[in-house]
Amino acid sequence: MRVEKEKMVLDRGFSYLLLLAFFFLILFSTNSFAQDPSDTLAPESVTNVDAFDTPNDNGHSITVSWELSSDDGAGKNNVVVYEVYRSDSPEGKFEKRGMVPAGENTFEDQGAKEKDNANYLPSHKNFYYRVRAKSDGLFSDSEISLPAYAYGQWYHTGKTPVLVAVILFSVFAITFITLARKGKLFYIRPLAGIEAVDDAIGRATEMGKPILYIFGLGTADMIATIASFTILSRVAKKTAEYQTPILIPCYDSVVMAVAQETVRAAYLEAGRPDMYKEENIFFLTSMQFAYVAGVNGIMLREKPATNFYLGKFYAESLILAETGSIAGSIQISGTDEIAQIPFFVAATDYTLIGEELYAASAYLGREPVLLGTLKGQDWGKAVVIFSLILGALAASFGFQFFINLFRIQL
Amino acid sequence: MRRSVPLLIVSITGFFMLIQYFIPLEESEWLYERILDWIIVIGCFAMLLGLWSLTYVSVNKVKRKVPGWGYNLVALSGLFFMLIVGFVPGQESLVRGSAFMHLFEYVYIPIQASMFSLLAFYIASAAYRAFRARTVLATILLVSAVVIMLRLVPLGPLSGINQWLANFILTVPNMAAKRAFWIGVGLGATATALKIMLGIERTYMGRD
Amino acid sequence: MDLYDQMMNLDRRWVYLVIGLVVTITAILPFKVPLYITPEVRSVYNFIESLEPDDVLMIGVDYAPEVMAELHPMSYAITRQCFSRDIKLLLCCLHQNGPGMVEQVIAQVSKEYDKVNGEDYVYLGYKPYPGITILAMGQNFRIPFPEDYYGTTLDSLPMMKKLTNFDDIKAIINISGGSGTEYWINYANGRYNAKLAIGVTGVMTSDYYPFLQSGQIFGLIGGMKGAAEYEDLAEKGGYISREKDQLWAFKSMPIQTTTHIVVILFIVLGNVGYFMSKRKKYGKYEHP
Repeated sequence: MRVEKEKMVLDRGFSYLLLLAFFFLILFSTNSFAQDPSDTLAPESVTNVDAFDTPNDNGHSITVSWELSSDDGAGKNNVVVYEVYRSDSPEGKFEKRGMVPAGENTFEDQGAKEKDNANYLPSHKNFYYRVRAKSDGLFSDSEISLPAYAYGQWYHTGKTPVLVAVILFSVFAITFITLARKGKLFYIRPLAGIEAVDDAIGRATEMGKPILYIFGLGTADMIATIASFTILSRVAKKTAEYQTPILIPCYDSVVMAVAQETVRAAYLEAGRPDMYKEENIFFLTSMQFAYVAGVNGIMLREKPATNFYLGKFYAESLILAETGSIAGSIQISGTDEIAQIPFFVAATDYTLIGEELYAASAYLGREPVLLGTLKGQDWGKAVVIFSLILGALAASFGFQFFINLFRIQL
Repeated sequence: MRRSVPLLIVSITGFFMLIQYFIPLEESEWLYERILDWIIVIGCFAMLLGLWSLTYVSVNKVKRKVPGWGYNLVALSGLFFMLIVGFVPGQESLVRGSAFMHLFEYVYIPIQASMFSLLAFYIASAAYRAFRARTVLATILLVSAVVIMLRLVPLGPLSGINQWLANFILTVPNMAAKRAFWIGVGLGATATALKIMLGIERTYMGRD
Repeated sequence: MDLYDQMMNLDRRWVYLVIGLVVTITAILPFKVPLYITPEVRSVYNFIESLEPDDVLMIGVDYAPEVMAELHPMSYAITRQCFSRDIKLLLCCLHQNGPGMVEQVIAQVSKEYDKVNGEDYVYLGYKPYPGITILAMGQNFRIPFPEDYYGTTLDSLPMMKKLTNFDDIKAIINISGGSGTEYWINYANGRYNAKLAIGVTGVMTSDYYPFLQSGQIFGLIGGMKGAAEYEDLAEKGGYISREKDQLWAFKSMPIQTTTHIVVILFIVLGNVGYFMSKRKKYGKYEHP
């Protein structure tokens, strides 16, 4: 027993010795075999950690900036990432909010605005930040930043170029409207598509056939659809005078409701409220190609004398227009959907391209006030062209300042 | 009064939406989101209006046996059949394998796809009629169209030149024209919005 | 009506007949079309090649059945390439008729590669108002999509544990047949700096070249031709194979080629008729 015990003690002594040797070996090896002693050292910590409210937001985000660690891109050059930690008190527990790769010196701590969200970041509450410079496994923490709180802004400074453009453009428009009200006459270039509207309605009357008016797939809030309502009003007044029925199959039920109201009022104004038939302005379907099938069916059965396609159109444009052409109708189209314009140009008789659609109501009414806005638009275009030329020159000669004037943040 | 109240609502809402765009505050976001919710709610109710309109017009035509009333009957039966299948009790309609999804996959998808493929025929006939070298501009249009179309055709050694030319047309003149178009549309849209907000353009309310 | 007038005013039904015949004949008797791979398609392919296993790629599928001929091949080829490289996929749909499309793709391809829902891919489902949805996803995927398409809360899906917003995914590929693409460009790329590539229909392609030039998108797969180029690359990479009938757009290229030639011939025919009849009318040397 005793011998055995002694042996055990010896054994244990031996294993301690081995452990010690192993320990020294490791110490020795790390000190002498490593290629670069800096690998074992944590990178220098970052300095000047600054936390501040993120500008131009709703008040649930704080931006943290810092000066790069001296070991980032220089020195030991071993920084891999920066981790950003946040706490609501300098002594409190810091939790990790995110990280950015070496070389970056800002981080946006974007919180959620919903209270029940795990990521919620309250406004007007102080937070403290700390940035950790990390290499493989080793790290060093910065000093804790001064407190910062998030708050919402009343004005988005990044959108200033938009504001300036809106104001400038409004000034142009209002100036020309005022001039028009005072009796100044403006010349506008004739548009073939608009000139054709009256003839097209006359033709329908002669033939005793209806007119088909299509809004396309747009919803009532789109500018193209709104422009189309204004044209419809003029067209409907004419059809009421000529006693020609107008058919309007709709894709969107809100559009249908507005179209019914527009046509009803136009008939009333033309003194023919008895002619108005609500069932001629009806909802078909909100499925693109089912709608096309429905409208094509109407075209081939009713053989309308004139088809108007004014509004927002997508892939259905050509199928509608070709079917209309097969049915032998005169066709007037207009859209601001650029991809569909070639199809309309190829398959219909007249096409209003983009802004011409918007301008159509001014053309049809020939009211000086509406023409005034067109003149304002022209001036707006002149400013754009001038800025484009200046911008191209500035970009070519490296005047970044001028280009930055037009930069917009969303 | 009947005119000025709606006009006032339009103006106020329009200006609010314009100003809202420049205010990042949470409260302004909140209002914006509520307005979007409104649009959805109005859209849902309007859907009922549409359903009513479709049913009313179709039933009337079927009842009066106007020419082509058979089509209205088909539309009505399709509408209600799909509606009923969507409401089969004890079955989620929007999951794989449901009767509703079967109808979607095996009836709706093929019909949509075949309607769309009509485009191939119509593009051919429209191109045949439209691309005539009547004027210098029409000739330029014609030539560029042919160059772009030839992109898809193997031309042997000429392929490289054609690819380059097609690429040039797409990225230089095409893009320049498109940008000009968008600038015009942008200004036109702003002008239209302004006209509506200032109450100058009110034909959409029915009267000049 | 003489021959030239007839050439000029051909009944459109002849055009339809010829197109129909040519499509059918080419479909029955296909031939191989050499493809020129455009750099904008190659850059999408190469980007996915550069990803490591377990990286997450997002695919926004925004199209309805009518454009599936052009866009489905892109979705399939990209999904297959990703799954064979063990890249994880996050899918969402911002088109009202699109959810069924995503279902088709993911149901089939995940089965082919034994990929598990929630671990290897997550399908977020459909939300209306693409602009608002994309903006919200930029903050956190859980805001617009608290649950995935199948009704599971996102936090309980293993793959979603490390994913908060666009910062956590390598790139977004938006395959779209509508105007949703602009929202991806303006918000996902513009507002949140997400790396973005797009796949669109042939008609839309030329609209998006400006964004390629400005660097807002890093790749553009345009229409059937773009899809065929992608399939060609994916086949050479060994991700899809002809034997398994996985090259659909590529298979349609002969049809595209022949129909384009026919359209060009019709245009030539119309123009010859136009010129000859004009010449006859005004004499050889006289012009109006």
